[in-house]
Amino acid sequence: MRASLFITCYNDTLFPETGRAVVRLLERLGVELEFHPGQTCCGQMHANTGFRAEAFSQAKRLVRLYQDTETIVVPSSSCVAMMRDQYPGLIDELGNESLRKDFAALLPRIYELSEFLIDRLGVEDVGAWFPYRVTFHASCHGVRALHLGDRPYRLLAKVRSLQLAPLPNVDRCCGFGGTFSVKNAEVSSAMLAVKLQDVVSTGAEFCTALDNSCLMHLGGAMHRQYAGMKTIHLAQILASTEASPAEGVS
Amino acid sequence: MSQATAGHPVLDPTLALPFPQAALPVLRNPQLRKNVAHAIDVIQAKRARLVAEKTDWQELRSAASAIRAHAIENLGAYLEEFEAKCTAAGGTVHWAADAGEARRIILDLLRQENSSDVIKIKTMTSAEIQLNPFLQAGGVNVFETDLAEIILQLGEEEPSHIVVPALHINRSQVREIFARRMGLDDLSDDPQDLTAAARNYLRQKFLTIPTAISGANFLIAETGSVVVVESEGNGRMCLTLPRTLITLAGIEKVLPRFKDLEVMLQVLARSATGERMNPYNSLWTGVTPGDGPQRFHVVLLDNGRSSILSKPKQRQTLKCIRCAACMNACPVYRQTGGHAYGSVYPGPIGAILTPQLMQMHYAQSLPFASSLCGACYEVCPVKINIPEVLLELRAQVVNQERRDLGRFFDPMYLGLRIANLLFSTAWLFHASQFMGRIGLRFFTRGDGWIHSLPSVGGKWTQTRDLRGFPKQTFHGWWAARGRQSAKEAR
Repeated sequence: MRASLFITCYNDTLFPETGRAVVRLLERLGVELEFHPGQTCCGQMHANTGFRAEAFSQAKRLVRLYQDTETIVVPSSSCVAMMRDQYPGLIDELGNESLRKDFAALLPRIYELSEFLIDRLGVEDVGAWFPYRVTFHASCHGVRALHLGDRPYRLLAKVRSLQLAPLPNVDRCCGFGGTFSVKNAEVSSAMLAVKLQDVVSTGAEFCTALDNSCLMHLGGAMHRQYAGMKTIHLAQILASTEASPAEGVS
Repeated sequence: MSQATAGHPVLDPTLALPFPQAALPVLRNPQLRKNVAHAIDVIQAKRARLVAEKTDWQELRSAASAIRAHAIENLGAYLEEFEAKCTAAGGTVHWAADAGEARRIILDLLRQENSSDVIKIKTMTSAEIQLNPFLQAGGVNVFETDLAEIILQLGEEEPSHIVVPALHINRSQVREIFARRMGLDDLSDDPQDLTAAARNYLRQKFLTIPTAISGANFLIAETGSVVVVESEGNGRMCLTLPRTLITLAGIEKVLPRFKDLEVMLQVLARSATGERMNPYNSLWTGVTPGDGPQRFHVVLLDNGRSSILSKPKQRQTLKCIRCAACMNACPVYRQTGGHAYGSVYPGPIGAILTPQLMQMHYAQSLPFASSLCGACYEVCPVKINIPEVLLELRAQVVNQERRDLGRFFDPMYLGLRIANLLFSTAWLFHASQFMGRIGLRFFTRGDGWIHSLPSVGGKWTQTRDLRGFPKQTFHGWWAARGRQSAKEAR
């Protein structure tokens, strides 16, 4: 199976270890992975801040870049939600018929990482080992836009030596919301404070998710407050094995 | 009560502070945050339980959404049908283009009745048009009869929720207001004692005041009927005892047929108060000789609604049945309560409704008062895609503000314009990652984390750290790996 990795702009810049983990994980599972060097951003930040024309130009760029790609894997639920929920409206409003057709053909070939593993590859046990207590934050876009349901839990359940600690109020927003976190910094911080209480109450050593944007928010507060926890993208847990443990854990 | 709100909140969108500033006093008020979180957690849990017992909840939502969408798409025809049927049944229908016209119509009607006092059922629409202060200034004493509204009126408080307007006030604070305003020094904060005090206060009003004002949950086009649902029965007193009843209703409240209530009453009660059925469902048609009010007026209020109707992407806002499920589910509202929204319509629905009612001239900060988490859309019983409308309104605000040259160097605008340029070409994006890493090195401490940033970045670092840029980007790693394996292959 061949697949092309859309790493997303902020993973490329801030969380390359997540990308490396996706590569290790998928290659271990026999996927022939490609990486298009021309990729940049899906346009989510612009779209969510009201910059539609800019968001459209990035959407158009992405559709054109990947129009001949068989399968795209994206380790970010909010970027996949951007493509599924917002591209159609942007293309209707600002695009032409040919772009609309190309996007319609591309859409079913875009997979969020847990969708790719479970729906496309049909695996739950990826052979991972991660000897820590972990809690899973179900990002808003994963729950309510992509309807990932129990996919992440099915993957986590098969990780050896991992102890899963259920997160109270699991589907409540962490308060990140992209530029919301700076435009409404105080309200965002209040939401974060409440979320962090729930996360810390699990007694977990790691908080994981399928979206590094939530984890950047939670991790930033954990570091500021010496909360004694770390964040880690689910891809890094799934890539981790006894022979080759996850990077940057200790 | 001033300690409960830390400064009197302003619910007039033309005067209110932008949301981020208006939220600050609430965020710093432990009592208020506790009251709000506790109240909505209770309602949320009840709603979740009663929605879960309906196995066909998603079908009910779809049916309710379809009924409301059809009513809104054909609003003009159904309003005319309502007017004809209501008039034939002995009611009088008035059309008010804006808040001022509605207020004048209602004051004139009360003057024709020679009424110096009027009793009211809870109606957020009357708060929208700031009816009470206008009537008081016109010499009419207004008495609220809904328990929550009595608390607000006597405590000189502002509503913070559309179904439970005094949600931000707890039991001991209610006791304080009642004791002070009713002269009951030894009143306890036992709910039975508090409601008994309210009953004594109200009974005399119900029996002596001959005019009443209500809102409407629904108007039925087919029959010309009006529907009001409530939990206390005080509303029914107002609807039945006075000789004259004036109903104020937004034009979007119309339902095509009587049988639509089968669906709407089920979704409304479950979504609003977490009940299978509202305890009191009052429904009347015009005037019935010898029974109930003998003069009945309906004031149909536009006040910006037909402008919303004219915009296809935003029209779904008018499907709203004011159940407040969205604000109960909203993680932003849970922290800020209602007053931060500077409008009688708070929460996610307020964030889209208020700026639209203001024709986008005011309340431009509200479409941004959301993390776009989607919880509102998930619970909305009429499937209003609130995040979609929020995004549409954000785009309109940005288009407005872009014309303002003063915004040209605003860090957020500048940053987003530059980012767009950088994302347009991979090499520019890669160069900016390199420059970013160099630039941020100055701010990055020995532990590899950034604790303080200037400008917009400082809004992030005021409460969170940021990990410094890693040495190697992912695409850099990928390219190096490719070179390495090519070398090995040779």
